Amino acid sequence: MYTLQECQRLIRQDIIRMTSAAKSGHPGGSLSAVEILALLYFEIMHIDPTRPKMEDRDKFVLSKGHAAPVLYATLARRGYFDPAELTTLRRLGSRLQGHPDMHSLPGIEIGTGSLGQGISAAVGMALAQKLDSSQRYTYVLTGDGELNEGIVWEAVMAAVHNKLNNLIIFIDENGLQIDGATCDVMNLGDLVKKFEAFGCNTILIEDGHDYERLRSAIASAKTVKDKPSALVCKTVKGKGVSFMENNPAWHGKAPNVEETKQALGELEAYQNG
Amino acid sequence: MGEMRKMYGRALVELGEENENIVVLDADLSASTKTSMFCAAHGNRFFNAGIAEQNMMGMAAGLAASGKVVFVSTFAVFGTGRAYEITRNLVCGNNLNVKIVCTHAGVSVGEDGATHQSVEDIAIMRAIPNMKVFVAADAAEAYEMVKMAAKIQGPCYVRLTRSTSEDVYNDKADFSLQTSQVLAEGSDISIFACGLMVSRALQAAKELKKENIHAEVINLSQIKPIDKETILKSVKKTNCALACEEHSVIGGMGSALAEVFSRHYPVKMDFLGIEDRFGTSGKASELLEYFSLTTEEIVKRAHRLLER
Ligand SMILES: Cc1ncc(C[n+]2csc(CCOP(=O)(O)OP(=O)(O)O)c2C)c(N)n1
Ligand SMILES: [Mg+2]
Repeated sequence: MYTLQECQRLIRQDIIRMTSAAKSGHPGGSLSAVEILALLYFEIMHIDPTRPKMEDRDKFVLSKGHAAPVLYATLARRGYFDPAELTTLRRLGSRLQGHPDMHSLPGIEIGTGSLGQGISAAVGMALAQKLDSSQRYTYVLTGDGELNEGIVWEAVMAAVHNKLNNLIIFIDENGLQIDGATCDVMNLGDLVKKFEAFGCNTILIEDGHDYERLRSAIASAKTVKDKPSALVCKTVKGKGVSFMENNPAWHGKAPNVEETKQALGELEAYQNG
Repeated sequence: MGEMRKMYGRALVELGEENENIVVLDADLSASTKTSMFCAAHGNRFFNAGIAEQNMMGMAAGLAASGKVVFVSTFAVFGTGRAYEITRNLVCGNNLNVKIVCTHAGVSVGEDGATHQSVEDIAIMRAIPNMKVFVAADAAEAYEMVKMAAKIQGPCYVRLTRSTSEDVYNDKADFSLQTSQVLAEGSDISIFACGLMVSRALQAAKELKKENIHAEVINLSQIKPIDKETILKSVKKTNCALACEEHSVIGGMGSALAEVFSRHYPVKMDFLGIEDRFGTSGKASELLEYFSLTTEEIVKRAHRLLER
């Protein structure tokens, strides 16, 4: 197993290599979620890459399905499949579809890509865990732009109503969506207050790239007995690659040969936290 | 080669100049749909709904009920799918002046894959009372279609693609609300096509001509209301119909044709389209090939149909 520091570097470099090879895809929102996925898959979740369908496992849903590269890289590095397959991303016939497909790749709990739907499905999974008297958790990651969708709030309402303390929602608050900054496109206001008002155990994580803060927030979420948790993570879109950071242009654009070289070089030296 | 989306943007900008009542909404995809061009020119009449297609459609209905002519845009899968029931009840139920212009229809979306490739939008839009459905064959036609959409009363759906399209019309298309265009005359087989398949159908007709088979090619850009007169006149001549569309064979243009033929003049018919399955990731050109949406396949199907 890699150290978490190694994980973030490998996954970040994979994201760059994959999108570069595909000449399309979403590097920005993949890079902002690296630490969240690395921590979950390499430390927190009860999973077995050799038995992806193992009963009574923890589940992860990538509700912001366009960030498929970060999920694929994490799964590959964790041992679900050969990392050599990563560069087939988005090719005709590849198991690495533009948006995750649960029937093609091991480790994908459900297909996503249409924003807002993954969190709703995660509520269903958490409910099923309760029905099955499981002690396991369902983790879900949403984008901040994604929170524009009404279904997200319908899902949160249902999670609170059903007292799903086994549901932990990560919000990748990188401040950007496609048409610009979230505050300019559709202002979300104070997310902590919003999730609190909906009845979630809400924790603000000032630096969503800091493993220690993420770790302690998850631990504290797990002490709650009667409601779901919302972890509002302040992140940087494009984190780790200077020219991608905080730049909405890198939402859905792949780096060219030169940019790839520079990005990989920067990431070689990049240390998180 | 032209880009339907850019012509859409240009038409919108002009419409905005001509008519103060034109309002445009988008759902965080304005750079892709090109409504960003309208935003740049008439920013005060552009509203970004964020990633909230249902609310966008509801706002459009309210604006239209207040006398505005509203264009709403996003990718076809979200504009027709996510917002469906609001389109049905608010927009069409009240017969409001909302023009749903969606880009990124069909498998030619490419690498984004199945979730983003709408192959059933014609079917679901066509099924709603009061809704008109248009599919652009190229950039020039997209431009005319958008201009027409602004003129007509009530809701309509305009289907555009992401990828560049072969030019069908030289520089100006004359899109008419009533009449489907016969692009090539022939007496042996009627080939009906819409969208990216129109240029392929024309190419197929050329290939068939070499074998002395005279195909009539009709651009069925008005799927609803359908031009019964033109399509019946054609099949009465040829007695066989081949429908070609970048859409599911269930409920799309082919189905619309079959509904007319089976009632008024049954003919032997075949459907070239997507066979009840989802799309997948790949390059647009590869996917059109993968799903057999090609000139060669049209030629092959024409032969088979004629032999039947
Ligand atoms: C229902 C729906 N509408 C639109 C899109 C197109 N789309 C893909 S990503 C995106 C922006 C997402 O922003 P955010 O959730 O903030 O993601 P991040 O910044 O983490 O990449 C949009 C509009 C989509 N995938 N689904
Ligand atoms: Mg964001």
